[in-house]
Amino acid sequence: MTDTPLILTKDLKKTYPMGLHRIEALAGVTLSFERGEFAGLVGPSGSGKTTLLNIIGSLDTPTDGSAVVMGQRIERLTHQEAARLRNRHIGFIFQTFNLLPVYTVYENVEFALLLLGLPAAERRRKVMAALDWVHLADRADSRPAQLSGGQSQRVAIARAIVKEPGIILADEPTANLDAENSHAILRTMERINREFGTTFIFATHDFKVMHYLRRTITLIDGRVDSDVPAGGGGEDRDRPGEQP
Amino acid sequence: MIIPKLALKNLLGAGLRTWLNVFVLSLSFVLIVASRGLLEGMNRQVEEAMVASEVGGGHFEHPAYDAYDPLTLVDAHGPVPPALSALAAAGKAAPVLVIQGTIYPEGRLVTVQIKGIDPNQSILNIPTAFLPAASGEDEIPVLIGERMARLSGLKAGDRVTMQWRDTRGTFDAREAVIVQVMKTSVQTIDQGQLWVPLARLREMTDLAGHATFVVLAQDAERPGEAEAAGWRFRSQDDFLADTRAMVETKSIGMTIMSAIMLALAMLAIFDTQVLAIFHRRREMGTLMALGFTRGRVIRLFTLEGLLNAVLAGLVAAAYGIPLLAWFARTGWALPATTDDYGFALGERLFPAYSVRLVAATTLLVLLTTTIVSFIPTRRIARLKPTEALRGRTT
Repeated sequence: MTDTPLILTKDLKKTYPMGLHRIEALAGVTLSFERGEFAGLVGPSGSGKTTLLNIIGSLDTPTDGSAVVMGQRIERLTHQEAARLRNRHIGFIFQTFNLLPVYTVYENVEFALLLLGLPAAERRRKVMAALDWVHLADRADSRPAQLSGGQSQRVAIARAIVKEPGIILADEPTANLDAENSHAILRTMERINREFGTTFIFATHDFKVMHYLRRTITLIDGRVDSDVPAGGGGEDRDRPGEQP
Repeated sequence: MIIPKLALKNLLGAGLRTWLNVFVLSLSFVLIVASRGLLEGMNRQVEEAMVASEVGGGHFEHPAYDAYDPLTLVDAHGPVPPALSALAAAGKAAPVLVIQGTIYPEGRLVTVQIKGIDPNQSILNIPTAFLPAASGEDEIPVLIGERMARLSGLKAGDRVTMQWRDTRGTFDAREAVIVQVMKTSVQTIDQGQLWVPLARLREMTDLAGHATFVVLAQDAERPGEAEAAGWRFRSQDDFLADTRAMVETKSIGMTIMSAIMLALAMLAIFDTQVLAIFHRRREMGTLMALGFTRGRVIRLFTLEGLLNAVLAGLVAAAYGIPLLAWFARTGWALPATTDDYGFALGERLFPAYSVRLVAATTLLVLLTTTIVSFIPTRRIARLKPTEALRGRTT
């Protein structure tokens, strides 16, 4: 482990114009994340969870302060550099899955690897490995419309992990899922985190997710209200639907 | 290669919407080629008919002759220059003597041009072989066209009094017999014209060895100015200039029609692109989250639009080639009134589709589709990934 954190934000501020006023989504957030964390940003709607996640994911830039992700200053990145950072190092999992509807499951997962320019044989191997991870290898030829919500989110996980990113950002990943599917995908993510050391950061107000977090950061009105370890890893907690 | 693959996938994945666009665009494609092909066919048909029946390889005209001024005919004749006579003797030129005359069919008076031509000539597509070569009989054999036959009420075998003036200005008249009524699309060798054997006309007018103009064969070597002894050369282009100008005038209307057809197809593409940008914002956001730059997203959506045109070209080829080939074979039956347009079109118009026409139309459709596809996609340039992911445009 190096001394530099994987993600470091310093006095991060973000304001949005809203008519004649400006909304302060982040009001000076200072946080750091190490490799292998399984952390969550929690808080009420409008507390800045998604905004912070977007800035860490280089989808947005701060109004003030700084965000360093894998050694790169987000606020200084060009569009191309930000796109490259996302492509190589960051995986996204969205509440609405965001699968590309005209592609098959296989093609959705393969997409990120196409951008990396990997050879076809290597792509195939990685895609099938990722689909194995989420137990969807047998649905490789299905289209998103043929999948249930839980299956769609598992495809989204496979798409996020296939390029073996250092960071996976998950914005309300269980919001559209029932309890059983929520626990299934959370267990999958936890397993990925343990085996590959991938850093997971969630934005959530779902208590099911909070059960699994090893660090919980509570945001209120764009500020860090509390930042506490969740104690000993989620695998020791009592979780419904856990398979022996 | 990722963008073309994705664009094709997205296009085909859009299903019915894509195929409706492609069909409309392919219809425009085929209609534009068909209409331009008609115009090109008309141009070609008129030119070929005029060259074959009237112009040949061009005319050497007597210096006093003005085809548009019948009053010049009195003096517009002279001995055929030796160089042109030699060509005529070799079958590479056909001298024509033109005088004014009058016929009296059924007691009516009809002013005509009497044209003497060698019955054995093969340079012009005029059935002069029906004119008996030998002269000296009392009746003058005359060949007329269908329009002239309609105008005068004459038919093959009819006799009519024909009057003319000889070289000294003396009126003379004799009985003429219609030996054949020819069918020709070229009005200028038909309307108001009587074709008689050249030797007979020279004898009737006492103009031995004279001609008004000499038609060159298309493969004849043109004599120089000095050899032509002052006879003026009118090339094929000179003859066809008016016709080309008329075709050009008609092509303006056809161009407007083509532009309207293309505009309708482009409207469909534009509409699809605008809708795509509106409906697929979240997809754009996802692409950006996965590592696409805005430039790549713009290229992807523009290419999707362009591929509409490529697919339309393929679809148009699938049904358009057999359809247009059939059309080119069977032609388009023209109404009788077409004869009044002043074109040597005949009864059917056969479209002609040149490589240039198809290539130019393809290029035009591709180019306009690309532009029309690109215009709405410029909005993407202002799109923030976070807004797109939320399904908003900025």
